Amino acid sequence: MTQLPGLLDTEALRKDFPILDRQVHDGQKLVYLDNAATSQKPRQVLDALSGYYERYNANVHRGVHVLAEEATALYEGARDKVAAFINAPSRDEVIFTKNASESLNLVANMLGWADEPYRVDHETEIVITEMEHHSNIVPWQLLAQRTGAKLKWFGLTDDGRLDLSNIDEIITEKTKIVSFVLVSNILGTVNPVEAIVRRAQEVGALVCIDASQAAPHMPMDVQALQADFVAFTGHKMCGPTGIGVLWGRQELLEDLPPFLGGGEMIETVSMHSSTYAPAPHKFEAGTPPIAQAVGLGAAIDYLSAIGMDKILAHEHALTEYAVKKLGEVPDLRIIGPTTAEDRGAAISFTLGDIHPHDVGQVLDEQGIAVRVGHHCARPVCLRYGIPATTRASFYLYSTPAEIDALVDGLEHVRNFFG
Amino acid sequence: MKLDSMYREVILDHYKNPHGRGLRDGDAEVHHVNPTCGDEITLRVKYDGTTIQDVSYEGQGCSISQASASVLNELLVGKELSEGQKIQETFLELVQSKGRIEPDDAMEEVLEDAVAFAGVSKYPARVKCALLSWMAWKDATAQALGGADAERKTA
Repeated sequence: MTQLPGLLDTEALRKDFPILDRQVHDGQKLVYLDNAATSQKPRQVLDALSGYYERYNANVHRGVHVLAEEATALYEGARDKVAAFINAPSRDEVIFTKNASESLNLVANMLGWADEPYRVDHETEIVITEMEHHSNIVPWQLLAQRTGAKLKWFGLTDDGRLDLSNIDEIITEKTKIVSFVLVSNILGTVNPVEAIVRRAQEVGALVCIDASQAAPHMPMDVQALQADFVAFTGHKMCGPTGIGVLWGRQELLEDLPPFLGGGEMIETVSMHSSTYAPAPHKFEAGTPPIAQAVGLGAAIDYLSAIGMDKILAHEHALTEYAVKKLGEVPDLRIIGPTTAEDRGAAISFTLGDIHPHDVGQVLDEQGIAVRVGHHCARPVCLRYGIPATTRASFYLYSTPAEIDALVDGLEHVRNFFG
Repeated sequence: MKLDSMYREVILDHYKNPHGRGLRDGDAEVHHVNPTCGDEITLRVKYDGTTIQDVSYEGQGCSISQASASVLNELLVGKELSEGQKIQETFLELVQSKGRIEPDDAMEEVLEDAVAFAGVSKYPARVKCALLSWMAWKDATAQALGGADAERKTA
């Protein structure tokens, strides 16, 4: 078996993930390489979810009975865990949403309805990049259409990096918000946060970072990032679906208006008007995803016990190995950086002129789960003149043997369509 | 191998040697996409009265979507519209059958090479690939003949 420096003890870890033992297609061992789409869940998270429903289930922030108080303590305890996980200065800066898309839509809508100096209107500009997931494109297109603001973006270099050569023309005095992805879900690129944040701060623009592919894979420190908002989702980091996070700087959350109205987010309500609860509750209308927040808290405990720096090192070693092995497959072209430097563990590629859908189907037959298509980042496919890619993405339980299985599987694909 | 039930030889043949590919003169043109995987097709129909004179197309996509367009061209060109519609409906029925329909002789007579797509019906994610060109043809036909249809309705 291939041994690489920096690998985690995957043999022990994998015992925590019941699904990884599954066989598919009559006895094929599952090789799960679709972690950028969603991660698998360890027993500890599954137990936290069922344990919550079996022992504590109640609505939160209301009622004086024991279950309501315990459920509230668990839900708010999850907020404490998230705050510590991302090194937030205050727990009140952590807003629970249903996913990263909702988090990003929330920021766009806060700014659309905000007063000066945050207001986005027809005299201002919004900046994104060409490598964004659709969830960090469409909310800004909607905001631009509704306010008349101009939407601008950074293009990409041929090797899958942001082209920042014209940063001073893209981010200008008119820019109100710069929103960009920390780690690309399709290219794997890790973006240079500091350069973008520095320019945004020069012109007084807010910065929003989509950390959906970063928070599961590396230590997160929102203070070090110096952003104003950071969005990510629970299900890609061993948590359940239905829970996302928006972190925002406290003074902004105090100043910016709510988006969704309803229960939980108010202070007083009359038939004429209402006043709002302080952040984060101002942005959490209605009964929140309580069990899911508890599950995310358990996922954070699980990841933290292993250590995010160790997970990063594990994935970096795997990525180095995968980039090298995939590079040896004939006709294979990696879309994105071809080295492991400043690169996450999602690797997109094309294989000759075999369509990714066909590649994925033949891999699936061998038990290998990858993602095919445009990965909700169609502009990237257009940029590189390809209809789609096949993407393999790794996580803490992935092994070199699984990369070998992928490489063997691709050989089979080439023979099948050869 | 189960996979062979989808990637039948006849499908791979159509994929590698497509019939009637390329855009030619037509009465209507449509562009359809499969948003989940990025398959795209531009398709034109040309009618001579109610005879399908030509179905021309250009597109990119997986072997299933491309082979399906090739089979469509082979089957429909030269047929009467009513016959073409019957073939389209039968193809839809087969491909959407979730593997429950085993084509009989009558169905084979209607579908010819297109019966090879029976195996695709067991792969839910690929049904849309197989149907892309057929839905495009239906749409283009409605547009090409829509004027005449509308006149009949108002008459």
